[in-house]
Amino acid sequence: MNIRVLIRLPATARPGEVVEVRLLLQHPMETGFRPGADGRTVPRNTVRRIEASFEGERVFAADLFPAIAANPYLAFALRATRSGTLAVSIEGDNGLAQRETAVLTVT
Amino acid sequence: MSASTATPAVQPRRRALLLAGACSVLLRPALAAPTAEAQAAVARFTGGQPVRDGRVVLGIDAVVENGNTVPLTVTVDSPMTAADHVQRIAVFTELNPQPDVLVCHLGPANGRAQIATRMRMAQSQTVTALAQLNDGSFWRHRVEVVVALAACLEGG
Repeated sequence: MNIRVLIRLPATARPGEVVEVRLLLQHPMETGFRPGADGRTVPRNTVRRIEASFEGERVFAADLFPAIAANPYLAFALRATRSGTLAVSIEGDNGLAQRETAVLTVT
Repeated sequence: MSASTATPAVQPRRRALLLAGACSVLLRPALAAPTAEAQAAVARFTGGQPVRDGRVVLGIDAVVENGNTVPLTVTVDSPMTAADHVQRIAVFTELNPQPDVLVCHLGPANGRAQIATRMRMAQSQTVTALAQLNDGSFWRHRVEVVVALAACLEGG
């Protein structure tokens, strides 16, 4: 099942400008440490890895652990050199594997 | 009572106060030593390499109300060029059920060595941010954080 992913980055940037990329995922980040209503531990269900590539070149990656808050938020910087597509891939428990894209225009 | 007669009686007390003040500064507890588990997690990240304080700034509130979502930023003093850049940024806790929080992989394409996220904190504790530079050096910043409402580990 796909999760909701928001990729926020400025619509346009000047060449050489450093822009901020912000990712917001809709995900419970169930830790695997927490007992549920029946007293048994709720199995872990987390996003494990996020990778971002710009025009095929990897620009950022993150390994997430259960200490990341529910609905993970992650921001990183990116130097805008040319127009292109930022592709974000997300992997996690329960077969989560998803890819989302956003376009950056450099003027 | 006039001021002149009061002076000899007051001064020793004032000195005692000064001494107490100086002691409270000197005896203020330093950052707690990392737990064995946290040290092991850091050692896995650094591969046992020495870690120096500096270059890294962990931006996190000293007092947070809600441990379920604690905003933080990690900024590293680096030009982020091909010759001199940050390769990895990691965050560790000491008293969460698992010390690892996040490991980020960066490079010159980022232009700026800065990340932001939101973490969980099970209780008041020290949070450590580590950065690995491309020259192989490791840098660190530790911040003690007081949590009012801990992240929920109980049922419900």
